[in-house]
Amino acid sequence: MATSKTLGESLREHGVSRRGFLKFCAATATMMALPPTMAPAIAAALEKARRPSVIWLSFQECTGCIESLTRSHSPTVENLILDVVSLDYQHTLQVASGELAEEARLQAMRENHGSYLVIVDGSLPGPGSNMGYSTVAGHSNLDILLETVEGAAAVIAVGTCAAFGGLPRAHPNPTGAVAVQDIITNKPVINVSGCPPIPTVISGVLAQFLTFGKLPELDAYGRPLAFFGQSIHDRCYRRPFYDKGLFAETFDDEGAKAGWCLYRLGCKGPSTYNACATMRWNAGTSWPVESGHPCLGCSEPDFWDAGSFYQALSVPTVDSTQTLGLAAAAGVVIGGAAAALAKHGKTKAVADREPVTVEQLEQKL
Amino acid sequence: MSDSMEFLLWTKGTLFNWALAIFALGMLARLVEIFWLGRAPNYAEARAGQWGPGLRTVFTRSFADPGTFKRSGFDVLVGWVWHLGFIIVLFLFIPHIELIKSVFGMAWPGLPNPVIDAISALTLAGLVAALVHRLTHPVKKHLSDFEDYLTWAVTFLVVLTGYVAYHRLINPYPLALGIHILSVEIFLVVLPFTKLTHMFTAFIARWYNGAIFGRKGVQS
Repeated sequence: MATSKTLGESLREHGVSRRGFLKFCAATATMMALPPTMAPAIAAALEKARRPSVIWLSFQECTGCIESLTRSHSPTVENLILDVVSLDYQHTLQVASGELAEEARLQAMRENHGSYLVIVDGSLPGPGSNMGYSTVAGHSNLDILLETVEGAAAVIAVGTCAAFGGLPRAHPNPTGAVAVQDIITNKPVINVSGCPPIPTVISGVLAQFLTFGKLPELDAYGRPLAFFGQSIHDRCYRRPFYDKGLFAETFDDEGAKAGWCLYRLGCKGPSTYNACATMRWNAGTSWPVESGHPCLGCSEPDFWDAGSFYQALSVPTVDSTQTLGLAAAAGVVIGGAAAALAKHGKTKAVADREPVTVEQLEQKL
Repeated sequence: MSDSMEFLLWTKGTLFNWALAIFALGMLARLVEIFWLGRAPNYAEARAGQWGPGLRTVFTRSFADPGTFKRSGFDVLVGWVWHLGFIIVLFLFIPHIELIKSVFGMAWPGLPNPVIDAISALTLAGLVAALVHRLTHPVKKHLSDFEDYLTWAVTFLVVLTGYVAYHRLINPYPLALGIHILSVEIFLVVLPFTKLTHMFTAFIARWYNGAIFGRKGVQS
């Protein structure tokens, strides 16, 4: 099953032209920050690559990640690459259900032991929490993950929930949600964060794995540097407006209409690392900031708890009014007490003063 | 998961609240004490009003008289450069204005970022020059104590970390921003208990001086 055809054969079967394939390889080289001369090498490697078995585990998720991938612009080479990987288990897409579906996963694990890829979307209730919050076929997410990853070559955590816990992990985290990397420490884990992630980034990571047979270089959060190496802010076409101090202050003011910087409307671009600004969405049509909405910072950890989406990055995440009021009141009381004490000391000193006359002094001498 | 984003959120949340509370408590306590104690009553008949001269002195004391400038030109000039730079960067950088708006509900127009950037660099240079002068001038060095160096350090760190964060010299950015906010919080906590209180008390002292001059009918 998984290794019956090479990628090149499958692509040709699907009617992908040589030109289209090379174009994809060149784009992949660019995405991975490789020189264009690497495109033929990528093409040669991809041509010969055997279809890898992929097991896709969906845990506490909204299906947005797989929707992003399957409902992206099609038909494209990216989609076909996903078509030609042997996706042996994926709840939403697979035909089989019930025990047959679970058997498909177990079979793929047996037959490709040590070489299959595991893609996870969604967070999972971590150890110590109630496993009943999320189960599949009567098994906890944690058990399924540990069992499936045991024989995997690598794990790709797709989406912010799988990469960092995402929405389920948001305060107060009722399900005790954790990220894949919190559980899996003995296998390579690549985080492809985003809510949802850019489809091209997912296929790009797969293409890199197929091409080089190894995982891409990762950043501090375990994300491929080729896609997450630069912040939205640094690649934003509205950046010149930030530098000039030209900001939209409401969604319909003149600044907004003129396409000025959205920092004051809450844009999290400066602290968000993703490829939206360069790769864009929907076949490169647009991306959130281009459509006039601030970046939410969806590819970063804790983005649900990082304060309002519509308040500037410099604004505190807590309402300090009460604290400030209480502290000020306490300050007034303490200051008043200190002054009263000083005044009392002064009054007492005056009261306790024992005047001495010259005559009295002379008598003492 | 321990990471830079958690660090940033900690500095923007819990720590910010604590720093603000200590600052407000300390500063209010000091100011209330100063105002309540007031001045010793003056029973002499006033020769003129005190409000006008008091307010005038608050302003005029910002400028050194020719004698002082001649004696300590370097101190006056460098002091001016970095004090003014600090105030401009603090109050006219757009992200700072957004922060002030969120806490106090007040806002005003800001300056373009490159202008703020240049002023920050000048402020940093001024602060370094002030420290070098303090360390090399024998009298100044003799007069300086731990508090002088502490207040210099917390002030310098605020500007330096802000400059580093703006230029994104530390990666990832949340770490750079978190360090800047943390340094500001240290500044806020240290402020009410050190000579940094002069940010408020200098103007009160000037007013008292001017008011006394006014009462006596002498030039303020």
